[in-house]
Amino acid sequence: MSNLVFKSASQLVAMLTAGEITSVELTQAYLDRIEKLNPAINAYLHVSAETALATAADVDRRRAAGETLPALAGLPIAVKDNLTTTDAPTTSGSKILEGWVPQYDATVVAKLRAEMMPILGKTNLDEFAMGSSTEYSAFGPTGDPWDLSRIPGGSGGGSAAAVGAFLAPLAIGSDTGGSIRYPASMTGTVGIKPTYGAVSRYGLIALASSLDQIGPVSRSVRDSALLQDVIAGHDKHDSTSLPASLGSMTEAAERSDIKGLRVGVIKQLQGEGFQPGVLNRFNETIELLKAAGAEIVEVDCPSFEYAIAAYYLILPAEASSNLAKFDSVRFGLRVTPSGNPTIERVMAATREAGFGPEVKRRIILGTYALSSGYYDAYYGSAQKVRTLIQRDFAKAFEVADVLVSPTAPTTAFKIGEKNEDPLAMYLNDVATIPANLAGIPGISLPIGTADEDGLPVGVQFLAPAMADSRLYHVGAVLEGLLEAKWGKTMMDFAPNVETLASEVANG
Amino acid sequence: MAKAELMDYAKALEQFEVVIGLEVHVELNTNTKMFCGCANEFGSEPNTNVCPICLGLPGSLPAVNKRAVESAISIGLALGCEIAPTGRFARKNYFYPDLAKNFQTSQYDEPIAFEGTIDIEVPSGNSYAIGIERAHMEEDAGKLTHVGGATGRIHGAEYSLVDYNRAGVPLIEIVTKPVIGAGSEAPELAAAYVRNIREIVKGLGVSDARMERGNVRCDANVSLRLHGAEKLGTRTETKNVNSLRSIERAVRYEIQRQAAILAKGGSITQETRHWHEDKGITSSGRPKSDADDYRYFPEPDLVPVQPSAELIEALRAKLPEKPADRRKRLQAEWAFADLEFRDVVNAGLLDQIEEAVTAGATAQAARKWYTGEIARLANAEDKDISELLVTPAHVAELASLVDAGKINDRLAREVLTYVLAGEGTPAQIVSARGLEVVSDDGALIAAIDAALASQPDVLDAIREGRMQAAGAVIGAVMKAMKGSADAARVRELLIAKANA
Repeated sequence: MSNLVFKSASQLVAMLTAGEITSVELTQAYLDRIEKLNPAINAYLHVSAETALATAADVDRRRAAGETLPALAGLPIAVKDNLTTTDAPTTSGSKILEGWVPQYDATVVAKLRAEMMPILGKTNLDEFAMGSSTEYSAFGPTGDPWDLSRIPGGSGGGSAAAVGAFLAPLAIGSDTGGSIRYPASMTGTVGIKPTYGAVSRYGLIALASSLDQIGPVSRSVRDSALLQDVIAGHDKHDSTSLPASLGSMTEAAERSDIKGLRVGVIKQLQGEGFQPGVLNRFNETIELLKAAGAEIVEVDCPSFEYAIAAYYLILPAEASSNLAKFDSVRFGLRVTPSGNPTIERVMAATREAGFGPEVKRRIILGTYALSSGYYDAYYGSAQKVRTLIQRDFAKAFEVADVLVSPTAPTTAFKIGEKNEDPLAMYLNDVATIPANLAGIPGISLPIGTADEDGLPVGVQFLAPAMADSRLYHVGAVLEGLLEAKWGKTMMDFAPNVETLASEVANG
Repeated sequence: MAKAELMDYAKALEQFEVVIGLEVHVELNTNTKMFCGCANEFGSEPNTNVCPICLGLPGSLPAVNKRAVESAISIGLALGCEIAPTGRFARKNYFYPDLAKNFQTSQYDEPIAFEGTIDIEVPSGNSYAIGIERAHMEEDAGKLTHVGGATGRIHGAEYSLVDYNRAGVPLIEIVTKPVIGAGSEAPELAAAYVRNIREIVKGLGVSDARMERGNVRCDANVSLRLHGAEKLGTRTETKNVNSLRSIERAVRYEIQRQAAILAKGGSITQETRHWHEDKGITSSGRPKSDADDYRYFPEPDLVPVQPSAELIEALRAKLPEKPADRRKRLQAEWAFADLEFRDVVNAGLLDQIEEAVTAGATAQAARKWYTGEIARLANAEDKDISELLVTPAHVAELASLVDAGKINDRLAREVLTYVLAGEGTPAQIVSARGLEVVSDDGALIAAIDAALASQPDVLDAIREGRMQAAGAVIGAVMKAMKGSADAARVRELLIAKANA
């Protein structure tokens, strides 16, 4: 198998540009590896070998002809299966959409095509991105490349596992309460949730419109920067997209100095409930930043205590409305009950059969929270909490340039471990949710493995809205410091996923 | 469906005070839909003006039509409303197959225009100030066609077809405050109000305002309470009242129906009711209570609409003249007597006459045809004049044919019936049916001679100056020629013959 797949996106771009490799050669290398490993990992729900190779061949032809090509032309990528693609089915991890091929490309997908990036396929996710383990996918769970019996995080476990298992150099994710950052933490990869509105949501199958944000998934901070620079920007199809450009993330990832950078440690996101091995790595990270000249301060965010409660009212409320369109009338699954059914019965039977239990749970929660008589107490109060959290952040950013916390309280748990306990599942996102409620950007990057289990641990940085570049700056610096300290990259700690996969194959 | 028990109208008003409230939906004539780039076009092949957004496909997002917002502001200003400096859209959630997303993007507690007032004159000449509670933006739903079953309604249908061309067409919903104190004139006031809204949106150029196409749709709320009572009575909301006449009739019907129930000690069910134009009755629709739960919440896919003060003032400066000012001006221009003009206003004929005048008719001729024969034909067909196939251009052409002596009044009336039957323009009909008056002297002289044969004394009488005797011969000639003779020419020929 070609060693090309283990190189970083930045290295591959340089090799493609220099003509040292062809895009077809590179794309084929990934397709071969996907074919071999995906059955054990289940990172991809659909593989688009033919169209990916066609794009690659087109890039190679143009490059050979001396055309000027976009920066990432020829670099393959994976796309989370809740973004619409005209050349591949889009399921959002749900039976209700099984086999649906959209009539239009999501704006982000259109941008990837304009950048001439071969799209390798569509990655697994919790149904409609509802979950933090990818176990709620209607098409089976995804395995964590570090231990295939464990969860890769969710909802974007497919994208994180694809990148972590070298089944793609880059991937697109979406983050509503941590769906990019939490899987990054579980798989030792990098994931960024940009500022709300930095990337168009047009064509992203909505979970909660006011919280959803598309972002990059990669194995290094710089690689994510390359991708954010491709996918960001205003889109007239998404009125909530930001009119202004946030600048070059790639340049931000090249800055090396963090002397004087004020880093705020969030008091509420450490201690109780956090695994000791997670806290050890986190504390070492703080020391490392301090040694590099960062100024460490503690910030108090008292309203974070209510973040999960508020999130699990706002998200289901919006989701209950967003998912109303899945009614069998215009697309997707249709279940026709026997007898002479009315449209109401067809809709009900379709939704009963097509939605999984977590989706139903949240639709019921959201419908309840929006009901007249309960609206003020639930949705209304949740919006107030949201405002309070935004105020906490505003206050914290008066004394800190970026905030820091562990990305998740624990390392990856076993598949099936929390299935019977939705509330325990919801707690996985305790550190990531506040950023979505406030619309601010966040990054998760790996900071080593936990002493207890040898599984990856992630750190999260948060920045004020539109200051995404600070995350790439501090992230790239920390990544450099860690690699210098370790003398290798995070991925070098990982077990050989080919061995793990063959163990699965051999039972 | 039986006619309900009704109380005598005068008796009902003796016992009860009438409170009405009107919700008018105005379909805007923007080029594109409210939230997407699809054509806003009536009459296209089903499901051709559709895209991922108005079909509610997964992943699609709305984007607000700027023209629609400007139209909404203009309507608000014309109704004397305040314009909200910032307003959010909201989702109204309910499942129905004509609603692509199973929620309607509308405005809830933050309408773009609110707190207005408009003066409405009724046929008696009385004027009422109607309070406008709000005017808000929303999107229309698709159109369902129920196939199979006897009634064309959803119940009993074998299956239903959905046309999403109308889904997402921009609507402005204008809601009045409760209108109290119109008494027996409440039905006329309701119709006059809707006519005024039509005039306003037409004058603004923001809607085609054709009721028969559903460009302007009215839901009429009616409730009764005992005179002197403070609490409003339970209301019904009558839907599907799609002509000015039916608004008046429906309100009157509901007053009489509710009065009969209340007088017997019964209570009114809060519900929507359907108006049946053919039978002239309303029937019970679905129960509607204030507990109807649409789970409204702010639309998270759209940013608030924030019209600048400059935009609002620019739109205010472009407002056309107010209906009352326009009426004053037209009466002066047309030199109509007060009574003549009021008849025209009450019959809602200002637009038609103005257009006929523009097309070349004299104001008096246009008035004569519209308030006379055309009104009679509309009445006979139980229709609004606007629903007839005759256009102001037809009327102008008809008047010019009469003026030129090509047809006489009797023939003109006949031509009108063919225009209504869709045979073409008056000139086309006259030529196709050979309806021109006969002024060919040869044919007329032959007919005169035939008539004189049975009335030989007439020539002598004429010679003696007893001109009225000519009438009998002219009448006989007209009869013989089935009305197509040019009466003036017959008279001339007859006199010439007497004096020869």
